Amino acid sequence: MNIIEETHPPPPAKLEPDYLEAGHTVRSWLLTTDHKRIGLLYLFSIIFFFFIAAVAAGIMRLELLTPKGDLVLSETYSKLFTLHGVIMVWFFLIPSIPTVLGNFLIPMMIGARDVAFPKLNLLSWYLFMAGGMFALYAIIAGGVDTGWTFYTPYSSRYSNSHVIEMATGIFLSGFGSILTGLNFIITVHKMRAPGMTWFRLPLFIWSHYATSLILVLATPVLAITLLLMALERIWGIGIFDPRIGGDPVLFQHLFWFYSHPAVYIMVLPSMAVISELIPCFSRKQIFGYKFIAFASLAIAFLGFLVWGHHMFVAGPSVYAGLVFSLLSFLVAIPSAIKVFNWTATLHRGSISFETPMLYALGFIGLFSLGGLTGLFLAALGADVHLTDTYFIIAHFHYIMVGGTVLGFMGGMHFWWPKITGRMYPEKMGQLAALVTFIGFNLTFFPQFILGYLGMPRRYHAYAPEYQVYNVLSTAGASILAVGYILPVIYFIWSLHKGKKAPANPWNATGLEWQTPSPPPVHNFYETPLVVKGPYDYSPEEEERKLEERHG
Amino acid sequence: MSAKIISPKTYVLVWLALMILLFLTWGASEINFGVFSPVIAIVIAVIKMLLVVLIFMHVRYSSRLTWVFAAAGFLWLMIMITLTMGDYLTRGTVRPQNKSIPEWKVDTESQSR
Repeated sequence: MNIIEETHPPPPAKLEPDYLEAGHTVRSWLLTTDHKRIGLLYLFSIIFFFFIAAVAAGIMRLELLTPKGDLVLSETYSKLFTLHGVIMVWFFLIPSIPTVLGNFLIPMMIGARDVAFPKLNLLSWYLFMAGGMFALYAIIAGGVDTGWTFYTPYSSRYSNSHVIEMATGIFLSGFGSILTGLNFIITVHKMRAPGMTWFRLPLFIWSHYATSLILVLATPVLAITLLLMALERIWGIGIFDPRIGGDPVLFQHLFWFYSHPAVYIMVLPSMAVISELIPCFSRKQIFGYKFIAFASLAIAFLGFLVWGHHMFVAGPSVYAGLVFSLLSFLVAIPSAIKVFNWTATLHRGSISFETPMLYALGFIGLFSLGGLTGLFLAALGADVHLTDTYFIIAHFHYIMVGGTVLGFMGGMHFWWPKITGRMYPEKMGQLAALVTFIGFNLTFFPQFILGYLGMPRRYHAYAPEYQVYNVLSTAGASILAVGYILPVIYFIWSLHKGKKAPANPWNATGLEWQTPSPPPVHNFYETPLVVKGPYDYSPEEEERKLEERHG
Repeated sequence: MSAKIISPKTYVLVWLALMILLFLTWGASEINFGVFSPVIAIVIAVIKMLLVVLIFMHVRYSSRLTWVFAAAGFLWLMIMITLTMGDYLTRGTVRPQNKSIPEWKVDTESQSR
């Protein structure tokens, strides 16, 4: 660690208890309207769902060790990948960063005491949990075998699994998402501290604002689509099934109008975290603040225009295919702007490699690879060859895991001292970040090759020539599992044995670091006055201090 | 927040208008106007939507920022409809390379029937 230890000013006299001490009863947690406590409620919930979905993935990887379907039946396998997809997408990835770190940090970063509608915030969590309970019921009652995409008419007419229960779960949690998005938008508009102009907002806020716009504009379409699917399934009203006058491609249009922007719901918040980590651990102002801020909005907008690339083989018109292909290439531009600006921030910075920074650097590499392989899939001709192969699986796991999960882990390590008031063990953190990076690449890189060679997704048995890549992938998955379990262990350990965290352990800028760790109930003892922009770092100053220290 | 207070009478009038429009929708669906049937249905639906959004949801009395957000929602709906119809309306307009012009014409005619 080569960040200069500042002499920390003595903590201000405690005017009110910190948010963790403010109540110890179950009631004080379940009826809380404190955005920080709600963030923690979400944290426990999504970790629970993450492990359920991860176990399903583990069983799938074990099955794929051998070419024959010898561990589970093909029907069970279908239920496993549906469970993994549904739970990971709607009950982990989409809520992960916005509801945990977003909830905790957005009011603090803009100098507010809470979000605009604290009670609505709690209602969001209850809706999310109600949705989660329906999803759990669907799993326990026997599962769903449609895949997470619920393609009709299989889901609406023919599947004998628990489609309605699972769809109800997603429907309910969707309303939680809409309310969270609405709350964040109004909070950013109305609750900023004096002097916190739009261009003094941290980029974390800009990205979350863009995410919230997508949440509010896209999620209702998913709700309507699932409702229409349920109407057809329960009452046989012909909407998507051609035998009763419906159109199955219409389902795909509506589903992907939500589900493609949903990718940006998952990855924009991760970009939000990275935009905070890179300047802090390079001790440098972010390069191209406005470009990154507007790139977030551009991603949110362009993300709505590209959904047709999921349907190139579903029989859309040649003209529509062409338009969607062109538009899909466009979304690479704002994503590349961000990657280049982060890289330019590193240039001539005073870089140090603490755990959050390791995750951030991992993110840049893996997200770039995931994004670039996305261009293969935006190209019509290549997509026809690669659709429904492991290439797709590898591509979106590079975005979802390499992007969102690494961002989430980086953010959790960075703000863990603020959230809990304790430091995690740094060496263990660095080890876990490396193990995750190695395990991830070993799991998913072979899948690019598998897909290119033509191995289709969603089968529990495969041709023997694919085995070596599948064995590599399963080996990688076991290493990745270690990378996930390690932080859980040392985070819990740090709650009791970790070193007490000062208010600003990373010497970071940003209002959240100007208040004690853990923060008081109302975040600040007095409303902060903002007089300068974010990322007020100076690498020359850091280098000078380092030289002084080392003589 | 908008401080405008709207009298219950206005709400009742909006409700009555919505009820009348509902019956109009039903009535119009019973008569075959040919290609104008969907046009009439959509026009009535838009009037209903405007009554709800502008008066019941107070957008008419709210700030410009609220107008921007309401318009954005409408714009997004248009994006969804336009790009989706961009698929449906252009199907069969490009001849596949493996079909001769007469074969392709037979195909498109049978599809349109």
